[in-house]
Amino acid sequence: MTEKLFPLFVAIPLAGAFLIALLGWKKKGLPEIVGALIPCGLFAYSIKALLFTFKNGIAVHHLGGWLPPVGILIGADGLTTFMLVIVHGVAACVALYATDYIKKYTSPWIFYVLFLVILAGMNGVLTTCDFFNLFVFMEIASLAACTLVAFGTERHELEAGFKYGVMNTIGALFILLGIALLYGYTSELNMADISNILASKGPSRLVTLATIFFLVGFGLKAALVPFHAWLPDAHPSAPAPISALLSGLIIKSLGIYSLFRILVCVIGMTPLLTNILLFMGALSMGTGAVLAMGQKDFKRLLAYSSLSQVGYIVFGLALGTPLGILGGLFHMFNHSVGKSLLFLTAGSVEYTTGTRNLDEMGGLSRRLPVTGSASLAGAMSISGIPPFGGFFSKLIIIFAAVQAGHVGYAIWAVAAGILTLFYLMKAMRQAFQGPLLEKWKMVQEVPWRMRVSMITLAFICLTGGLLLLPQLKGLFLNQASKVLLNGAMYSSTWGGFKP
Amino acid sequence: MILYMFCFLLFSIGLYGVMRKRNVIKIITGIIICEYAANLFFILIGYRMGGRAPILSHETVMENMVDPLPQAVVLTTIVIGLATTIVLVALAVRLYEKYGTFDITKIEELKG
Repeated sequence: MTEKLFPLFVAIPLAGAFLIALLGWKKKGLPEIVGALIPCGLFAYSIKALLFTFKNGIAVHHLGGWLPPVGILIGADGLTTFMLVIVHGVAACVALYATDYIKKYTSPWIFYVLFLVILAGMNGVLTTCDFFNLFVFMEIASLAACTLVAFGTERHELEAGFKYGVMNTIGALFILLGIALLYGYTSELNMADISNILASKGPSRLVTLATIFFLVGFGLKAALVPFHAWLPDAHPSAPAPISALLSGLIIKSLGIYSLFRILVCVIGMTPLLTNILLFMGALSMGTGAVLAMGQKDFKRLLAYSSLSQVGYIVFGLALGTPLGILGGLFHMFNHSVGKSLLFLTAGSVEYTTGTRNLDEMGGLSRRLPVTGSASLAGAMSISGIPPFGGFFSKLIIIFAAVQAGHVGYAIWAVAAGILTLFYLMKAMRQAFQGPLLEKWKMVQEVPWRMRVSMITLAFICLTGGLLLLPQLKGLFLNQASKVLLNGAMYSSTWGGFKP
Repeated sequence: MILYMFCFLLFSIGLYGVMRKRNVIKIITGIIICEYAANLFFILIGYRMGGRAPILSHETVMENMVDPLPQAVVLTTIVIGLATTIVLVALAVRLYEKYGTFDITKIEELKG
């Protein structure tokens, strides 16, 4: 395991996508096997990467042997490998689930091509050390996701896909303008070098403008509240595995990870910026929770819930204290697993009964015991009930808010948490408890691969709290939170060249 | 300076098209205008007054050349813009097949 292998995180999924695109339409079974094996293999590989960065701090690879300032860097630090583990863990379960679920669509091989392209784009965003590559990989992932949202090609899917495409392109263009402004100011695209030059040149209005553009662009990608309009349409309309991927991974790696990587490590946080992010986080928490209350559509309710939980994550990370960052990252992990699981169970219900309307369901846990209990596990983790992982992360975020002196925000977070508990439990009761309706008497439990992936995710939800044990915490969470805590150290640890 | 301002003005015009127009095709046109504005801005940043093309050969001296990096970057963003436009236009065609109209107010069914 050397740092030379990090580019493979991008290359392997892309190669798989090309292989399926070439052969998948005539070789039956090949798309499923390749599409499921690649995320599983990369998951094992990302664990190795995690251990590697734990031992060595960072890993930098010079593409093609060209050294900076000319060459392009691919690299990873604790935060990157933390995200890589989450991405591949969830993506492996989603891919396994998709092997059965996607059979109801025509030409499933296209699904696997786009799925692997999304994976390559996300890995590219996570491992790149260069602003322009960040933009390119982000567009690769967004475009593939936009196509997958419209994968069903029915009325609603097309409409949601179009909205998602338009909003994401606008977000990407704002990011491009921000990159252009930073390039004009520093004549560099390498993140570490930009960070160095900004530190030596001091603040400027151009950098402030670029920061605003980044805030708008990544806010659109992460669906923070003033920019959230596309999310509740796009996430429910996609096929269930893609909803899980969108809510669990894409808004986090393209939105939150990139936003904080740039604001904390490159530009540097200011008190004003912290306050803006805290406010946006709190606003997202409340808005998402209130809007989720009245939803009848199961997946739409989950999408609004994502909005609210993303607010928690941004709030925790923006606090900037060790506890806050730890809570934000831990909640990112818990929400990725829990919300992916919930979307997969919603997909199972849709797969077996053909409806997403909560009013038409009822008593389904009698016919779908695995789906019902997995769904309950996910809901309990997201809403924060004690033995589950989500409880600890929310608790840490609230404690951190009190510790940092934001008591009002802490009370707000508790209130939003209570609302979360309320609407998720209401949905669970409507769907899975109560008398079984006559028309669902013949419903069968989903195929075994879908069950296995749901059980795996439910198990991670249940045991997620164990990551706070001192042995595991140092390896997984502390490694990542150290990067965000010492954001200003970014340029020196990455060894960018001196201007 | 005035040129850079015009880029931002162009970007705002595109943004206005995306926000206010009701026709799907006009929204896509607005996005294309935004893309052009961003690309133009990036390429202008690399321009030096009276500079010449950054082509290196044995005889040329490396002075007074424009910055080649934005040109390479903008080539890539143009290709990305092409891909975005293709996806959006393909979606617009399918939308027209389903709804029989390009009017976004008649297409809007997802709410709440």
